[in-house]
Amino acid sequence: MTVQAIVKPNTYFDSVSLMSLSTKANQIDGVEQAIIAMGTEMNKEVMKNVGLMTPEVEVAKSSDLIIVVKAETDDLCESAFMSIDELFTKKDTSKGKSEIKYSTIASAAQGIPEANLAVIAVNGAYAPREARKALENNLHVMLFSDNVSIEDEIELKKLAHEKGLLMMGPDCGTAIIGNVALCFANAVRKGSIGIVGASGTGSQEVSVRIHEFGCGITQMIGTGGRDLREEIGGIMMLDGIKALEEDEATKVIVLISKPPAPSVEEKVLAQIKQCKKPVVVWFVGGNEEKVKQAGGHFAKMSKEAALKAVLLAGAEENKLNKRALNIPLIEEVRAKLTPEQKYIRGLFSGGTLCDEAMHTAMEKFDNVYSNIQRDPNYRLKDKNISQDHTFIDFGDDEFTQGKPHPMIDPSTRISRFIQEAKDPSVGVIVMDFVLGYGAHEDPVGAMLPAIMEVKQLAEQEGRHLEIIGYVLGTELDPQNLEEQVEKLLAAGVTRASSNQNAGLLAREFVVKGE
Amino acid sequence: MSKINELFNQKLNVINVGIESFKDDLLMQNTEVTHLEWTPPGRGNPDLIAALDLLDDPAIIEKIEAANKLAVERIINSQPVLIGFEKAIDCVPGMTKTTILHAGPPITWDKMNGPMRGAVTGAIVFEGLAKDLEEAAHLAASGEITFSPCHEHNCVGSMAGVTSASMYMHIVENKTYGNLAYTNLSEQLSKILRMGANDQSVIDRLIWMRDVFGPILSEAMKLNPDGIDLRLMLAQALHMGDECHNRNVAGTTLLIQALTPNILKTDFSMDQKIDVFEFVASSDYFSGPTWMALAKCALDAAHGIENSTIVTTMARNGTEFGIRVSGMAGNTWFTGPAQKVIGPMFAGYKPEDSGLDIGDSAITETYGIGGFAMATAPAIVALVGGTIEDAIGYSTNMKEITTSENPNVTIPLLNFMGIPTGIDVRKVVQTGILPIINTAIAHKEAGIGMIGAGITHPPVEAYEKALLALSENIK
Repeated sequence: MTVQAIVKPNTYFDSVSLMSLSTKANQIDGVEQAIIAMGTEMNKEVMKNVGLMTPEVEVAKSSDLIIVVKAETDDLCESAFMSIDELFTKKDTSKGKSEIKYSTIASAAQGIPEANLAVIAVNGAYAPREARKALENNLHVMLFSDNVSIEDEIELKKLAHEKGLLMMGPDCGTAIIGNVALCFANAVRKGSIGIVGASGTGSQEVSVRIHEFGCGITQMIGTGGRDLREEIGGIMMLDGIKALEEDEATKVIVLISKPPAPSVEEKVLAQIKQCKKPVVVWFVGGNEEKVKQAGGHFAKMSKEAALKAVLLAGAEENKLNKRALNIPLIEEVRAKLTPEQKYIRGLFSGGTLCDEAMHTAMEKFDNVYSNIQRDPNYRLKDKNISQDHTFIDFGDDEFTQGKPHPMIDPSTRISRFIQEAKDPSVGVIVMDFVLGYGAHEDPVGAMLPAIMEVKQLAEQEGRHLEIIGYVLGTELDPQNLEEQVEKLLAAGVTRASSNQNAGLLAREFVVKGE
Repeated sequence: MSKINELFNQKLNVINVGIESFKDDLLMQNTEVTHLEWTPPGRGNPDLIAALDLLDDPAIIEKIEAANKLAVERIINSQPVLIGFEKAIDCVPGMTKTTILHAGPPITWDKMNGPMRGAVTGAIVFEGLAKDLEEAAHLAASGEITFSPCHEHNCVGSMAGVTSASMYMHIVENKTYGNLAYTNLSEQLSKILRMGANDQSVIDRLIWMRDVFGPILSEAMKLNPDGIDLRLMLAQALHMGDECHNRNVAGTTLLIQALTPNILKTDFSMDQKIDVFEFVASSDYFSGPTWMALAKCALDAAHGIENSTIVTTMARNGTEFGIRVSGMAGNTWFTGPAQKVIGPMFAGYKPEDSGLDIGDSAITETYGIGGFAMATAPAIVALVGGTIEDAIGYSTNMKEITTSENPNVTIPLLNFMGIPTGIDVRKVVQTGILPIINTAIAHKEAGIGMIGAGITHPPVEAYEKALLALSENIK
């Protein structure tokens, strides 16, 4: 064992840097022990204590840099000195970001005075607290989180209402503010139609149809699914209507929801009556008469809602491509299906899209089951087993426990699709593929292998399996709309041009003996 | 125009909490977005969230904010001035010949770790209460020695903080509020009592400090009736690259420069004076305790303000880490286990040789220097991970858990931002961000001394206990 020292006179390094270099020097191969330090009394004392004192070190001054190495041989000491030299010249070149990081809404709001909206997507147990903090800091809120109690929702919405702020949610997945899509929303043109929606994918659908008709959106306010319930009283929808009414850019207002609680419906209708701007109302499965009496424009379906809105906004009807239903196709498909192939299976990632298609089927069939049926008699006994006509919303809580939403993770729907395709009583499977911000980067592609598989299987069994696909999206969305549609067509899937048409086609395909 | 309509006409500027991909989508749309470094408040513990919610009541918030404003004002406005050096028995309240003050929250002999026991037995021998270390250990265990935290006697003590009757103390007076604070003198070097070393060389040094060093400093300060304005000097030292906990080279130079004329005027011999200057020059740490006393002096002035959630003490005894909070007057300690200190070590030592975090020196971080002022000490960034950006990150991050900035003590690199001041228990529990502490590492065995330096954090439990107590206390 040998101990060698190099003393570099009048060479200053900070002690902490040298301790760090010492640590690295001790990791060099062949080094038994190394110290790199200034020649201060304290350091010399340490070297003495650990047996690294040499005559050179003894006389070193506090302004001298000392490198001492203990190794098996002189050669190893020499090579260690060379490696240590490299340590001195090597600088950390990693460029850390020194941008300010905030940990709380309050500190961020204070540090960024221009901030005006908080998007909150944390576990429901913590969400109300964060939303309250945002409102207290005068931020508008989009609360994506679900599993928030109704009491918390009431409190948050009351606070927002008092402060004149948006409280979109809880469980609000869709909004467009100032032409910026928030969470799950599509890239649509700026225009003159404002939307207030309690149904996320319903709002997406209407905004995309409006875009396709050549018009655009001013604002799309999400309220969260429970806003029109008795307890909440439609606070956000009422404030939303008022704001759009006062918004100069907005010419027409569209309301989208499941049918409201009666007392809330009354309030909403009263506000429609007062409103100076035309209001189109699409309450999925709602009542036409009351809306008309209030002076509103009733729409039974999504495309119809978009159409009414664009006409009220000044679009010329004869210039619109309304995408009428393909009647010859219906005849063609009916002919291919056997009498046993009676049922529709709707497999949806969008809740309102599912609801709309289900209501379309319910107009002609009385055996329509679903996990989101309001009538308990028609709710699926086992969500995993279909019954007659079945429509499944894979975004419903019971499917998303501990799992991402089907618009992000399509796996649950894929396995169910294969299961349904094997059922000989199934005539048509209808599915949505949602594009836009937040959604899966290639939803059709994810389903494609399964489609190929079942098509082949059906062919082997000598039956026709009709699959309808609807791609919800615009050409401006981050995913490529055209490519998604082409993938469907190439796989032999029937493409529906809207969710409304998807529901109608599915229903008509399995109507027997008309 | 309503706020909602204002929003429609503004450029969207989003604070994103939770799912990070939503931030990416907004960036794709050229929208300003800030993603929060968010974690569940109170580590998701429902009791703590309930306590936070309780303290969020508007009426209670108003009380807390008013109290905290006052507490922070008192920290910032304090003007600690070094007015002298005297033996502990002659100046420290409650000191007796058989009292040993120690760092951190209260602790009994049987719970003390290696370095603390080493320092205690060394001090007993130094005071002549026992003839050797063995007898000293016996005496320490006998109950005849009164152990008490430095903090409960207006004192602070670095590392083991062991302070006995005949050790010389800094005396620091708060010219704004009148309170006094004390701390003993740096022993310099590494094999020293406060690090747990206690052989004859350590005792001999303590004797020299008692008989020569302390008396010279004491005489010198008697010739300086104005005292030395420590806050001013601290501000200068920060501008010269010290964070004044682990880097004290500038501060020590300034302090000895201020002391020198009067040291020269004393009646001591030239050789003794030269010994003093050489001793001070032997280590940068000479002014380390001085800044601790300054911080203690300012923070004591902010202690005991009803409803305040500001931390006034962070201190460790090597076994436990304790904090005190302004709103819980007197000596109410909230504790958790002392943590490991991570950082570079002297050659020949390994992380497993380290004693746990020890010392009252975290009073500097409580005041806003040390780890909190890392951004002003680029020379020692190796302690905190190696880059200047890391150092800046630590200082800006501490703003998340503090109440204000101290305009009297600033960091040039951060556009002269004041040091982050007034750690708020609520913010620590809410964010999960723990104060960062720069500190030295003592060997875990008694008798060895300092073996490295690095960074550490308080145990979150101390803050959680404090929050629960505050939520019960503030009505």
